[in-house]
Amino acid sequence: MTVRVPRYAAFDAPAIAIGLVALAVAAAMLLPAIYLLLRVSQDFGASIDVMTGSRAISALGNTVMLAGAASLGALGIAVPAAWLTTRTDLPFARLWFVLLSLPLAIPSYVAAMTLVIFLGPRGVLQGWLEPLGVDRLPDIYGFWGAWLALTLFTFPYVLLPVRAALMSMDRSLEEAARSLGKSNLVTFVRVILPQLRPAAVAGALLVALYVLSDFGAVSIMNFPSLSQQIYVQYRGTLDRDAAASLAMLLVMVALVIVVAEGFTRGRARYHAVAAARRPVRIRLGRWKWAGLVYVSTIVGLALVLPIGILGWQVSQGLSQGESVQAIRSASINSAYVAGFAAVVTVAAALPVSYLAVRRPGAFSAIIERVSYSGYALPGIVIALALVFFGANYAPVLYQTLPLLVFAYMVLFLPQALGTTRAGFLQINPRTEEAGRSLGRSPVYVFFRVTLPQLLPGMSAAGALVFLTVIKELPATLLLSPIGFDTLAVQVWSLSSEAYFTRAAFAASVLVLISAVPMVIMAIRERTPA
Amino acid sequence: MKHQARLSGIFILAILGALALVAVACGGDNGDANGDNGQPEAPTEAANQTPAAEPEDRGSASGSITVYSGRAEALIGPIIEQFEQETGIDVRVRYGGTPELAATLLEEGSNSPADLYIGQDAGSLGLLAAEGLFLPLPEDILGLVPAQYRADDGDWVGLSGRARVVVYNTDAIDPDTLPDSIFDYTDPQWSGRIGWAPTNASFQSFVTGMRVVHGEDATREWLEDIAANGAREYPNNTSIVEAVAAGEVEVGFANHYYLFRFLAERGEGFGARNFYFDNGDIGGLMNVAGAGVLTTTRNEPAAQRFIEYMLQQDAQDYFAQETFEFPLAPNVNVSFDVPPLAELEPVRIDLTDLGDLRGTIELLQSTGVLP
Repeated sequence: MTVRVPRYAAFDAPAIAIGLVALAVAAAMLLPAIYLLLRVSQDFGASIDVMTGSRAISALGNTVMLAGAASLGALGIAVPAAWLTTRTDLPFARLWFVLLSLPLAIPSYVAAMTLVIFLGPRGVLQGWLEPLGVDRLPDIYGFWGAWLALTLFTFPYVLLPVRAALMSMDRSLEEAARSLGKSNLVTFVRVILPQLRPAAVAGALLVALYVLSDFGAVSIMNFPSLSQQIYVQYRGTLDRDAAASLAMLLVMVALVIVVAEGFTRGRARYHAVAAARRPVRIRLGRWKWAGLVYVSTIVGLALVLPIGILGWQVSQGLSQGESVQAIRSASINSAYVAGFAAVVTVAAALPVSYLAVRRPGAFSAIIERVSYSGYALPGIVIALALVFFGANYAPVLYQTLPLLVFAYMVLFLPQALGTTRAGFLQINPRTEEAGRSLGRSPVYVFFRVTLPQLLPGMSAAGALVFLTVIKELPATLLLSPIGFDTLAVQVWSLSSEAYFTRAAFAASVLVLISAVPMVIMAIRERTPA
Repeated sequence: MKHQARLSGIFILAILGALALVAVACGGDNGDANGDNGQPEAPTEAANQTPAAEPEDRGSASGSITVYSGRAEALIGPIIEQFEQETGIDVRVRYGGTPELAATLLEEGSNSPADLYIGQDAGSLGLLAAEGLFLPLPEDILGLVPAQYRADDGDWVGLSGRARVVVYNTDAIDPDTLPDSIFDYTDPQWSGRIGWAPTNASFQSFVTGMRVVHGEDATREWLEDIAANGAREYPNNTSIVEAVAAGEVEVGFANHYYLFRFLAERGEGFGARNFYFDNGDIGGLMNVAGAGVLTTTRNEPAAQRFIEYMLQQDAQDYFAQETFEFPLAPNVNVSFDVPPLAELEPVRIDLTDLGDLRGTIELLQSTGVLP
């Protein structure tokens, strides 16, 4: 791969520095792909056979279908929810926002399990309906169950960036539309929505790629996706070459999706011409109730239901004499490592997204696309790739905290990338030029002019990464320092051995801790006008 | 605006701090970042110490060992703590899934920091043995369990037994009417009433066992017939037990000990129970959780001492009473409500043969049981 630094950057020292850092980040992101290539090349012919086999192709079709449907579902849920909680006088809007973002903290297998317990053929809901003669509910297993679980627990990937975009969007365009006599609806569809496109598409991309990588929900719902096949290969046969061949297919799909997303972005730049002012709030009036029903239904299904099931499991177990244990060190470890990873990942995303927005060209495009490759892979693939490189080429770092945080960065950088990118898009370069013209250095201008405007996007990015890291399992299990216990590890380990009381308790604490950054973010937001 | 300026100041500090940490990480400074991990130095030489340590070395074993445990902390943590207290040997445990840790060992190769591997089923142990990852265990340790619960060449030894059972719904099924062979569930009367877990390792091990005992053709036929009976698929043992109790299905093929956890969690009213095959039918295959010392060990005496300890009275008692498994050392009795191992008379097979997982996956795929 030859990389050409654009000519106009040649004499710009900070730009070269940023380019080099971005290049280092992109190189790190390539490690999993390199590992897969090494594996696939063990027996190239056999790998091609696996990749082009009918089994792989049909699983691929299933995966793509699920990813597309879940992305659409997430957009449908998240965009109205983001608008309701930022631009209207919906009561307790910020509380709703916090509640709406928390489903992200629930591990997908826990989420799917609670859906089965509630909506299963003979689940809780069926029990409620039994007096009405309902003996059995339709099967939740398969495509629709997987779709429901993934949509309900990934829509915050769209909600957070869209909300950040709505928060920092300049209102002058909307005012212009209204002054021309356009209604709220027309203003929303014609003026606001197009400005939201980069953030919404970035969020939908995260959902799609997450679905490619997910194993928890598809395994509980028994949906034969590609990631499920990858796990069957690893778990069933320890055949790492065959698993790598299938994973390679996932990388290719991810690349196609990422490139396609690039085309939908267009050339549009939506930055304010004047200093940004706070957005207008719309009075919902009679529609307030409809808005409340909407957000409470989503919160009910995606948060109250799983928490309720967890609470039921805890109380059930306690009444049978089971006990919950102090999980202080696991809680501290979880919060600490997730916070650490969030800061590192956002910091790594800044140079890459800066390049992509301010120095568009082949160089920045390649770096940005490459950064997405790790995210579509099941955690076990990334984990084993870093086990391989860590144990054999960096034994000093192997199974230490820095390597674990590095693994999280490789896994979750795209979450920070989309959001910070959308943030850069909204900043008017003129504000930076003004700073430069006053004789300030580029570094000074970046920290005093650019960065403050990026804050909503950066905190949304950090929160996303935090919420995802705190529930991450495969990399945590294989790469953490020995004895480094986290809540996600406990939830998995205890529930797989049917210690439901303790598992449900740990899961509840996990969700509670995840609420902290969301609450801080909601409180710190600029108070709406 | 002033408020915002202060915020950005905090953020700048946070980011600079993060960059510094990244720099530390990239610089390879393992100072405090390493924490309690204490990475081993130059592990490759250790692989040469092939001759097994003498029993007297084991008695005075000290230092520390690193264990990769596919057995969950809830199932083995307390007895490991007891081992540490009694022997003074420091045990550092990495918990994880049995197959995931096996794959990790394969990736780590000769640079693995692990001394010992504990697997939840004989299949993974057999696979690692075939890859040459284990040092043979001494005769006196192997002798602690009956021959059928250890590897023939002494690479690994079983620590506790886990039987395959049929879990049945107590409302829908009278256990006296249940067939006494797993092959009878191919009868059309079981159509739509069975739950199984084709992606689950313990089920796959059972299928391997069936292939070993009854051959490829009989196993293929059984798989096809059960699938034709509309068996419902579940991801694992716990979801099968849950589904049986809820009445989603009437019977399920599972491991025996999950039911006891459900009884502890949900009480005696829980609507499922175990049916044990006590006639040597393959449906009651006795699999084991077991352990082996790895060729990468730097403390073979302590690793052997660990395995020996797990086969003595206290630990075997612990497995029987706390994790509801069958003790394998013959002098320990089962104190809970299952038939003792001796009465079950499970089918005798060479558990090393369960390592042929690849053949099983291929069979499951060619019959369409796995997609």
